Amino acid sequence: MDSDDDYNSGMSSQEDGFEEELQESGDDSMGEDFEDDEPDMGFGQDKDIMKPRKKAYEVDYRIYRPEEIIEQQDKQIEEVSAILGQPSEASAILLRYLRWNKERLVESYMDRPEAVLEKAGLGPDGGRAPRIEPVPGFTCTICFEDEPGAQTYGMKCGHRYCVDCYRQYLAQKIQGEGEAARIQCPKDGCSRILDSKSVDLLATANLKDRYETLLTRTYVDDLNNLKWCPAPNCEYAIECGVKRQELNKIVPTVTCHCTHRFCFGCTLMDHQPTPCSLVKMWMKKCEDDSETANWISANTKECPKCGSTIEKNGGCNHMTCRKCKHEFCWICMGLWSEHGTSWYNCNRFEEKSGLDGRDQQAKSRRSLERYLHYYNRFANHEQSAKLDKDLYNKTEKKMISLQTSSGLSWIEVQFLQTASQALQQCRQTLKWTYAFAYYLARNNLTEIFEVNQKDLEMAVEGLSEMFEKQTAELSGLKVDIMDKTAYCLQRRVILLEDTAVNLKTGEQTPCGLN
Amino acid sequence: MTKRITKEFADLQTEPPEDMKVDLITENDLFKWVVTINGPKDTPYAGGLFLVHVILPNEYPFKPPVINWKTKIYHPNVTNDGKGTMCLGFLRDGEWKPSSRMAAALEYVRQLMIEPVPDDAVDPAIAEEYKNNRKQFFKTAKQWTTTYAKP
Ligand SMILES: [Zn+2]
Ligand SMILES: [Zn+2]
Ligand SMILES: [Zn+2]
Ligand SMILES: [Zn+2]
Ligand SMILES: [Zn+2]
Repeated sequence: MDSDDDYNSGMSSQEDGFEEELQESGDDSMGEDFEDDEPDMGFGQDKDIMKPRKKAYEVDYRIYRPEEIIEQQDKQIEEVSAILGQPSEASAILLRYLRWNKERLVESYMDRPEAVLEKAGLGPDGGRAPRIEPVPGFTCTICFEDEPGAQTYGMKCGHRYCVDCYRQYLAQKIQGEGEAARIQCPKDGCSRILDSKSVDLLATANLKDRYETLLTRTYVDDLNNLKWCPAPNCEYAIECGVKRQELNKIVPTVTCHCTHRFCFGCTLMDHQPTPCSLVKMWMKKCEDDSETANWISANTKECPKCGSTIEKNGGCNHMTCRKCKHEFCWICMGLWSEHGTSWYNCNRFEEKSGLDGRDQQAKSRRSLERYLHYYNRFANHEQSAKLDKDLYNKTEKKMISLQTSSGLSWIEVQFLQTASQALQQCRQTLKWTYAFAYYLARNNLTEIFEVNQKDLEMAVEGLSEMFEKQTAELSGLKVDIMDKTAYCLQRRVILLEDTAVNLKTGEQTPCGLN
Repeated sequence: MTKRITKEFADLQTEPPEDMKVDLITENDLFKWVVTINGPKDTPYAGGLFLVHVILPNEYPFKPPVINWKTKIYHPNVTNDGKGTMCLGFLRDGEWKPSSRMAAALEYVRQLMIEPVPDDAVDPAIAEEYKNNRKQFFKTAKQWTTTYAKP
């Protein structure tokens, strides 16, 4: 039974032919190469030089097409069928019963075959191969029709019904209830599971398709290391070995072939560097406090100097009042001139010292202020990401016209798209750093985190500002924008790497994680 | 499925389940039944007369019958929302089999009057009371029976 060892072998480590996909499925296809090997423990120095080491915030994963998922299932079914000497339709039922744990199945089957068959819904076995046929003197006990010569069907349990009833039953289960893996014999009290061969014999092509789709869905749902990409209409499934109990130590983020980037742990959109459980807590908090925080998401604010209304129409947070030319930061409303220097502390919440600890009211106001500080920045980056994108979409249109009038090639304007994508990704990360920071205690590591956060934020705002320039100026800024793009991405990697390492080693444990 | 439903209905006329009488709500609609239940003895429902509507869905018997208590009843498995829905055990979609019979469904309803299933309750407060304060449960259920289930 040598094949025991490679249980789920179809989905374990790397297989030939997938290297290409692995390359594409890398972190973001914007400069960082995805590294699919386990961290090297001292050997293979050459390789370390050849390939960049996998980042602490990256995880191994693989992307499968639906056909590959079906192949994977079939392969395992055939293997089990060969080992147990059971037909493949029965082997499939056995495997599903034990959630595709091939090793356990073979072991317990060898021990007590009848008991396993019975529990899986494959007993008792009348022995006769099921087929559709008329039975003399037959009355169907579902519809009570007794027309002579009517076609009937029954599985090996011997419970026979007219074909019409059987078909209606299948349609009700598959189409009506979305059931496939656990459809039982129509007889009350009989737990024989309907096998794929019976479905083949009875169902229409449409119904069969639906049945197969549901089975594949069950397969992915049954396995902890497989998940469907949550993007609408995406058919890919992702395999990742990160376990549930590891989710406080790592944020397993994957990018599907469809470009959707999401967390394998909770299937929400990319929320690095914040662990899943904090994301859940944070979102719950935001929901509970949504009214308090509502005013923040407003698109207009008043100039802190002259009071005239200022509308935000790009992602950049460096605001200049049209009227009085006052320059300020949209987030903290402070002077912008203080932001570009070491004075910059827009991202940090200043804990006021000397606060009277006995004053409950002051305390709770302080804790609300603290929350709003982080929520404000969280929400702002989310909004800015949207505005950046709108701006890019407008710019893109302009670039197309510029391209046709000035003869610039498409390749020459590609840097804008790259910059826009980088901006989106960095803002997504920045956004979540504020949820993360909310749960951090004041200490050295938090300070380092805030420095990283500040660096990324300044880089992003710089790039974002370039984006707001007139279309005509943009081509002249090409080199600057490309440099700034690379710098932003680099800052993002540094922040993610630092945070991931500290989370993994347990150096930095946010409140609420245990 | 007319043949089946006709047969089931006829069988229930000649051999009705204990304490029950089955009729059609309107004469020519085989899919809507009204069941009159005499509260089983030794239960807080004894002495009461309960009306239950049984609606057979168009997909019957591939989908289970729908049970609605028209008479208010103090019971952990019956919703107290004016609909009086009772949907548990093999009355649920996934559990019901097309070969299951109305006679068995009605017998199950009667069994639930004798022995509620608090672990599958729709009214957690009543279930709690049934489990921990049976005396109080009996008292209230009896009160409801005299108030709402007058024969
Ligand atoms: Zn039939
Ligand atoms: Zn059977
Ligand atoms: Zn996808
Ligand atoms: Zn997550
Ligand atoms: Zn102003």
